[in-house]
Amino acid sequence: MAFRLAFAAALLCAGIAVAQEIPPGERRSGTDFMSAETRAIQADDGSNPGMLWVLQGESLWKEPAGASRRSCASCHGEAATSMRDVAARYPAFDTASGAPVDLAGKIDQCRTTRQHAAGLPRESEELLGLSTYVGHQSRGLPIAPPDDPRLHAARAEGKRLFETRMGQLDLSCSSCHDANWRGRLGGSAVTQAHPTGYPIYRLEWQAVGSLQRRMRGCMVGVRAEPFAYGSAEFIALELYLAERAAGLALETPAVRP
Amino acid sequence: MSRTLVSVPKTAKVGEVIDIRAMIAHPMETGYRMGPNGQAIPRKIIRHFACEYDGEEVFSAEFHPAVSANPFVAFSTVATKSGALTFRWTDDDGKVETASAEIAVS
Amino acid sequence: MNVRETGLIGRRGLILAGGAGLLVLALPPARALARPSLQEAVNGFTGGKPVETGKVKLDVPPLVENGNAVGVTVAVESPMTAGDHVRRIALFNEKNPQADVAVFTLGPRTGRGRLSTRIRLATSQTLIAVAELSDGSYWSSSANVIVTLAACIEDLS
Repeated sequence: MAFRLAFAAALLCAGIAVAQEIPPGERRSGTDFMSAETRAIQADDGSNPGMLWVLQGESLWKEPAGASRRSCASCHGEAATSMRDVAARYPAFDTASGAPVDLAGKIDQCRTTRQHAAGLPRESEELLGLSTYVGHQSRGLPIAPPDDPRLHAARAEGKRLFETRMGQLDLSCSSCHDANWRGRLGGSAVTQAHPTGYPIYRLEWQAVGSLQRRMRGCMVGVRAEPFAYGSAEFIALELYLAERAAGLALETPAVRP
Repeated sequence: MSRTLVSVPKTAKVGEVIDIRAMIAHPMETGYRMGPNGQAIPRKIIRHFACEYDGEEVFSAEFHPAVSANPFVAFSTVATKSGALTFRWTDDDGKVETASAEIAVS
Repeated sequence: MNVRETGLIGRRGLILAGGAGLLVLALPPARALARPSLQEAVNGFTGGKPVETGKVKLDVPPLVENGNAVGVTVAVESPMTAGDHVRRIALFNEKNPQADVAVFTLGPRTGRGRLSTRIRLATSQTLIAVAELSDGSYWSSSANVIVTLAACIEDLS
């Protein structure tokens, strides 16, 4: 009830305000919108529950898997060196499949084609653990989307999706996160929707989850049929979001309400 | 796989009060939640937490479902001698998970 | 009719709880009524002994973004010596399905009568911390917390 009213209010605002991209100087991480208490949970590794997933990822990194009996570390060595800034550059173009791939997709691909192990389903604890661990190696580094011409089409598609109204509430991502990021939806800050801390520990989830899970939540919120995990639509959106957040520092694992 | 995160200072002076934090990955399923199929999800929580140091329990806790998922607790102890602090979490089924951290006391 | 009404109430309870960001604590209304009051819960801990106000400081944010993880710190004035220390600290809530939150056991070797944890609050309500000292006395402090509604809830399915 309350959230429906809040959405109705947002809808009205969205009708008034014209969606406009956020100027680079005004870009702010979701952290800036959080309460001091939630920021404190994120800031201290001893209290950030996302670190539990980093730890799990660290042990999976070293664990041999599949027919190859090789671990991630067998090829990549120390993640602190080999995976530094990798998350900042994803999604990237994958030559093998001839399409853009996000970090979770790349890890899963490595799992099946290099380790000859069973694939890791999206949102599985293992894939979240590994993604969080790899993402964590880029903490503090600026998001640096590659200027690869092979990504241009998908990135443009992502921008189009971001600005496409959808669902029964007929809202686009942009209606809230470009045009109304200063506002509140019920008690919650709307925020600019920058993917600075994924995978994130979300208090509402009481667990770590991916950017795609978060986007699915938003899509359900506007009463749209969410895109499938790993779909080309979500990768396109991730590409656009990375460009839109270029230069902001990664915080993985971030904590969000 | 046990996933615990404990922070204990590496060194301390005898008699110094040191800060300790302990966290474990656990859903703390309340037993009040319903799954998508309408079936109740059975309760499964960490019921007991204890920290032992220098041969004695220095802090313990009894948790109820109102303790957050991935239970976190911060407390303190008096540094007495070099050795291990051991942490023990016990769930509803009596399953025990442990962690430990070394401290050098001078 | 009966069945439909029950279903309706159940669904509403779920939505309301979800609105508070806390599907976790959704439950049929009948069971919610069965919980002891805050006072009864405190009496259960103290064995009915009088509880004085003071010595205990309960620190909790007055307004929280999400009831799933509310940071709580309890600090009790005590020298924490063998002869004079905090034995136990209990936390109780007013409106969750269960009154109990946690009971902590301390002693002289704990060094300080102070701890922090994170708890779940189903809705805006009163919290109370009760400390049992080594002389058998009980002290308490309470606080009101407003839990704001989460705007976007996520389907469990």
